[in-house]
Amino acid sequence: MENIKELILAKVSDAVIEDKQYLTVTVKPEDLRTLAKMLRYDEGFDYLIQLTGVDYGDSLGVVYLLAKSEDMAVCIVIKTATADKENPTLPTVSDMWKAANWNEREVYDYFGVIFINHPDMRHLFLTERWKGYPLRKDYDAGRDVNPLDLKSYDMSDTTVSYVSEGDGIKKIEKNLFEEEDYVVNIGPQHPATHGVLHFRTALDGEIIKKIDANCGYIHRGVEKLCEGLTYPQSLHFTDRLDYLSAHIYRHGLCMCVEKAAGIEVPERAEVIRTIMDELQRIDSHLIAWSCMCQDMSALTAFIYGMRDREKILDIFEETGGGRLIQNYNVIGGVMADIHPNFVQRVKDFIPVMRKGLKEYHQLYTGNVIARERMIGVGVMSKETAIAYGVTGPAARASGVHCDLRKIAPYAAYDKVEFKEIIRMEGDSMARYMNRLDEIEESLHIIEQLIDNIPEGDFCAKTKAIIKLPEGEYFQRVEGGRGEWGVYILSKGDKTPYRMKFRSPCMTLVNAMDTISRGGKIADLITIGGSMDYIIPDIDR
Amino acid sequence: MEVKDIKIKGISYDEFKDNDSLEKYVEELRANGVGIITGVLDDIINWGRSNSLWPLTFATSCCGIEFMAVGAARYDFARFGFEVTRNSPRQADVIIVAGTIVDKMAPVLKRLYDQMAEPKYVIAMGSCAISGGPFCNSYCVVNGVDEFLPVDVYVPGCPPKPEALLYGMMQLQRKVKMERFMFKDKEVKENE
Repeated sequence: MENIKELILAKVSDAVIEDKQYLTVTVKPEDLRTLAKMLRYDEGFDYLIQLTGVDYGDSLGVVYLLAKSEDMAVCIVIKTATADKENPTLPTVSDMWKAANWNEREVYDYFGVIFINHPDMRHLFLTERWKGYPLRKDYDAGRDVNPLDLKSYDMSDTTVSYVSEGDGIKKIEKNLFEEEDYVVNIGPQHPATHGVLHFRTALDGEIIKKIDANCGYIHRGVEKLCEGLTYPQSLHFTDRLDYLSAHIYRHGLCMCVEKAAGIEVPERAEVIRTIMDELQRIDSHLIAWSCMCQDMSALTAFIYGMRDREKILDIFEETGGGRLIQNYNVIGGVMADIHPNFVQRVKDFIPVMRKGLKEYHQLYTGNVIARERMIGVGVMSKETAIAYGVTGPAARASGVHCDLRKIAPYAAYDKVEFKEIIRMEGDSMARYMNRLDEIEESLHIIEQLIDNIPEGDFCAKTKAIIKLPEGEYFQRVEGGRGEWGVYILSKGDKTPYRMKFRSPCMTLVNAMDTISRGGKIADLITIGGSMDYIIPDIDR
Repeated sequence: MEVKDIKIKGISYDEFKDNDSLEKYVEELRANGVGIITGVLDDIINWGRSNSLWPLTFATSCCGIEFMAVGAARYDFARFGFEVTRNSPRQADVIIVAGTIVDKMAPVLKRLYDQMAEPKYVIAMGSCAISGGPFCNSYCVVNGVDEFLPVDVYVPGCPPKPEALLYGMMQLQRKVKMERFMFKDKEVKENE
């Protein structure tokens, strides 16, 4: 990494380089693109993991977290800020990382920062009639500014782009669809969108020409709410982002706070957390499998998947108290010790699940109709996956080595053996098979740990009020649908100054347009099912 | 006036906790008196209606997964006549609002409700639909769907257990069983 410092200074002489959790480079907005280009094309930082807007008080900034696809553990942070709060502008990086497209729109939504040369500068989560920028520190959250309006409104068919011209900035209006396009609305209320997502699909006959995805129908403002709550209070929001990875997400946030506050987690808690994470992953993949099959009209498969899932929920309920959302992780460990029946129940579950997997393959994987509908459909190339920052089973089906449990092991993952499932085809079938194979790997992990839960405390003693030292903290975990990340900017208070959650599902939906173009409209649902996105995770 | 012993698949009247509001409801309904023939007809029609309440497939967040679980093999609400979920609001009798409703979604939900054919019912499932739940202080969350929809049954929980949702749905059945169906519209018009 020393080498990189010199290279950065050679390109951008006044860059400020700090050694923090990751190497952090602060540059002026005008140097941002020079640095970004160098890191992207010369140094191979082709994954844009996170893009976070921050209101520093006197300036509005953006924090970029980049990683290399060859080794996802190598990360670098770029920071930039503009002092102009009236008309804040920053250069876009969406031409280098496609993942930046939606992330920059999100920053525009939250902070009003306009990205110059961004192709599509619309609101992402909020409506066009929304006044103010909610995540700015001076935003008045009063309901009289933005009252609840029940009138239906037309969605605009145009988008804007801001281009620098001479000294000024020119606003260019563009049409989203062409004049002769036949546009079909799918959602926001649709049984096969897996939540409240809205696709506007331009068709040529039955061939998809373009998809314009609209989010924000479940945008709950979680990040703003977190700023007003203490760290233990904000934990429960993570459970409700991707409720099928509830336990894993909460684990991630707990780890971030523990690392920052220097809390040592007992070994027993680490192992319990790992077992729970894997059970949660099986649960998540089962739902993904059931719903994908149901989208292809295989209702029996749905019933089978839900049946086996109930056994995991029973285990959760007995130990954690909750079925879907367990609220089991706390800062320092877990809320309560495992139930006396826990070990036996998990052991009983493993053969049941193995038998179930065999049944699923017999029932559906070999089915002619299913194979015809999945093989070669919705192919996502490795380049597309990397450009959009896609992670998780979907990216591994395209040949990207991105399992954080392997690359940057946390909890007890360095003590267990398991395979990272990688397929090269990148089609719906590969994604489908990846999930079922990952269930088997998860069972394998659980088998190794269940008899070796160490004795001791299940939770470390923590102070009543947890304050994080001033600084920035990142934590990345492998959720059910990909890499989930948390970014905390602390000013030394008991509440975070800025908390950002990296959503794996956002990258999946962002990539939908590219991978389903040229395909048939009937396959859109299958592709969506195989990508398996959870909408509240996108909208936060 | 006493409430009739309304049978829900072998569960007796005493096993339901909230009977007071139903009794009050019946008292109001029968203050004007009910004819024997229309009363009997009402009973027959309501028996049919209450045992074929079809919900709309509608879920925004976490509660939706529990709603799915109630529909699947273990809990199976088809046992009580909720049979199938309908994908079109035109064919649905009851909308189960499962999940948080935010400002952008509210007009969509309102439109869905308006599209449903009368008589229609609303169940608010989970604390988000009841009051905004954990997100009630947010800048864009509706603090309860009863701000713009007439809610019939509230099912608390975050998310409610499947048993809780089943109980809530049975309460709705009981409510439907006691309703005045014949000449209901005419009477309402006369009162206006």
